[in-house]
Amino acid sequence: MALKGNLRDFTITQLLNLVNLAKKSGTLIVEGPGEIAHVSFRDGKLAYAMIGQEDNSLASVLQRNNKISVPQYRILKERTSRMSDKELGLLLINAGYVSQTDILTSLQGYFTGVVRRLFTWVEGFFRFEIDVTPPVDRICVRVDLENLIIEGARQLREWEQLQEEIPSLDMALKFTDRPGANLRNINLSVEEWRVVSYVNPKNSMRQIARTTKMNDLEIRRVVYGLLQAGLVGIVRPGGAPLPTRTFPNNNRDEQKSLVMRLIDRIRSI
Amino acid sequence: MQTVKIVVTGPFSSGKTEFIRSVSEIDVVSTERKISADAEKIKETTTVAMDFGRITVDEDLVLYLFGTPGQRRFDFMWEILSEGMLGFIVMVDSTRPETFREARSILETFRAYAPTPYVVAANKQDRPDAWDVDDMRVALRLDPKIKLLPCTARKKDSVKTVLLELLFSIMAEMDQSGSEPSGR
Repeated sequence: MALKGNLRDFTITQLLNLVNLAKKSGTLIVEGPGEIAHVSFRDGKLAYAMIGQEDNSLASVLQRNNKISVPQYRILKERTSRMSDKELGLLLINAGYVSQTDILTSLQGYFTGVVRRLFTWVEGFFRFEIDVTPPVDRICVRVDLENLIIEGARQLREWEQLQEEIPSLDMALKFTDRPGANLRNINLSVEEWRVVSYVNPKNSMRQIARTTKMNDLEIRRVVYGLLQAGLVGIVRPGGAPLPTRTFPNNNRDEQKSLVMRLIDRIRSI
Repeated sequence: MQTVKIVVTGPFSSGKTEFIRSVSEIDVVSTERKISADAEKIKETTTVAMDFGRITVDEDLVLYLFGTPGQRRFDFMWEILSEGMLGFIVMVDSTRPETFREARSILETFRAYAPTPYVVAANKQDRPDAWDVDDMRVALRLDPKIKLLPCTARKKDSVKTVLLELLFSIMAEMDQSGSEPSGR
């Protein structure tokens, strides 16, 4: 039976565990929120990964790891566009720009980084294709999956806890009334600042996530931090229709009389 | 005949069924099933749909008490049960701090369903290993304005106190609210 399904039922960590235990070879294709990722394995080890339209060429990965400079990257892109990554790698090693270790560690770091990003995908579809292999012109690596699986399991626990803390992203945020707190004196990360700038009872957390291009896990993680710091509180979004309370009639005095009757009755039990 | 309802919610095994049973004038219409998962076998049965108790106020008015299923996999029932409630009570087992996080989450979920008054009942306060209410307030991250009431669900007087405090909160909210009352 084909290995395919929904990430809600089978998480990335579980998939990696399966690939690892069965020593599978092939490519896991994950269709997540807005992006598609391809992760290839050989004999149960991570070999290659790409996500969306992101440039995962050797030159780009080396530049991101500061193994080559931006001008060097530009020159390589211009002059070696017809060269495969394997040929380019040999060229750079022979020219003394980088070592073989530089290339392998940079690629391993990039590919495992792609898998780490997949851990944050909790919605989407996956399929495992045994016939799909990495592009022949790319350099493959061999990374044991055990550490990634442990990391993924840890993230999954975090996700479950965050979901318990912040069950609904349809709620909004508001700044807490703390007269002493001065936001300018608080050290926030870039992500936290991005969220803080949209804190307003009119904006649901889901809207903030969409605007700041964060997924469900990332927005929950940031909001959880802000909640713990006591900077924000969760409120019902302004303007959202409030569910009505069922009083048998609309008259305020009669409603109060009804509650008084309830109080008297409970007292008499 | 007028009917109103109050919802009793809280984590698995927090004492919701017992709470309703203590004050209901009818045998609680319970939808309990034997627990199959070993991990959840701290008691033999659990509520899978709802508990249902009744208090007749007078000829024209009946109060229904609805207890929600405590296990998360039955949470599709929560929103249905919360519709039209006057207020809700969150039961927390004072002897099981591992459920406090879940209680907090349930509280937030119900707050999202409806902006009705609520109180939190710290149940099983008669047990020697029960957490102190003040400590629970910190652990549950409850605002000082929210009522956290010591409770023993199997004692009628204790349950009455919790219900009365909720009704007082409902009354206070009606007094404070400047907007037009809602109704159906």
